[in-house]
Amino acid sequence: MIKRNCNLEPIACEANRDYQEAMTLIDLANPSKFLSLTARVLPWLAAVTAIVLAIGLYQSATAPDDYQQGATVKIMFVHVPNAWLSMLVWGVMSLAALGTLVWRHPLADVAAKAAAPIGAAFTFLALVTGSLWGRPMWGTYWEWDARLTSVLILFLMYLGLIALWRAVEDPSRAARAAAVLTLVGAINLPIIKFSVDWWNTLHQPASVMRLGGPTLDRAFLVPLLMMAAAFSLLFVTLLLAAMRNEILRRRLRSLQMMQARAFSSEVDAGSREKTVPFGAA
Amino acid sequence: MSLGPYTSFIVASYALVTAVVLILIIAIAIDYRSLRQRLRELDQSGITRRSGRSAADLR
Repeated sequence: MIKRNCNLEPIACEANRDYQEAMTLIDLANPSKFLSLTARVLPWLAAVTAIVLAIGLYQSATAPDDYQQGATVKIMFVHVPNAWLSMLVWGVMSLAALGTLVWRHPLADVAAKAAAPIGAAFTFLALVTGSLWGRPMWGTYWEWDARLTSVLILFLMYLGLIALWRAVEDPSRAARAAAVLTLVGAINLPIIKFSVDWWNTLHQPASVMRLGGPTLDRAFLVPLLMMAAAFSLLFVTLLLAAMRNEILRRRLRSLQMMQARAFSSEVDAGSREKTVPFGAA
Repeated sequence: MSLGPYTSFIVASYALVTAVVLILIIAIAIDYRSLRQRLRELDQSGITRRSGRSAADLR
């Protein structure tokens, strides 16, 4: 690090400070720095998630019954956050895909790979809890309407992406293919969001994220937003933990390759010593 | 707290969410333990990183 006298060299000192701040941001792209950051942050994040989730569950349990839905409105407090997160996670993966293809950020494909199973789990939960709400309210578990079908397609795309990551052994080659597929799949996000406006669907239109503001009563909006915050925190916690695992998995892979190379060069050296040169006998 | 005639649907929803979230947490925790164990084994066999740090070192 260059130490400068700021009284004598104010411009150089300023430039040095900017350089050091930039280095701090770049340092976060270093997998080793990221590992030590997650080791510090994860316990606190897990504790905050547990507290917010406990508050959200209490508010959900004590929320009044809806005049039309009755107590089944409580299913909404888990269904809606999972549905939001199913799309948000794909959005995060799309940003990570840009990071892989455009900026070649070393942690971008790690984040995308770690996020996919978590996103698939949220989408699965959105589909099944929606189905469990639909049976008493609509009289059916499933309807091939635009919203339900587009979310099912999102779930299948998550599974396809996980399969692609597992099918290609080299992580950097898998990352590029997965990034392209993720960006193509991002077309589905506006289709899911606006499906209830573009087509005549059984699924009701947006009641929280709309231009005119939420149409939900405060008694339902507060627990819903608290549960959404809890699930978002849960996603960040699980993502950081899964990214840490992925970095360790890549470290393990490269060390195993080093070990294999060292072993094969030892075998080669051994076989050369045992081989009698032609004409030496 | 009475959940009315649709108790089974509400309880099933919350139970399913709890089960899936727990499976995610446990799967990630088991994966972490297994990776750390395999890195420690490599470390004990004398394989170190290019930086010279231990394979199991979280830095």
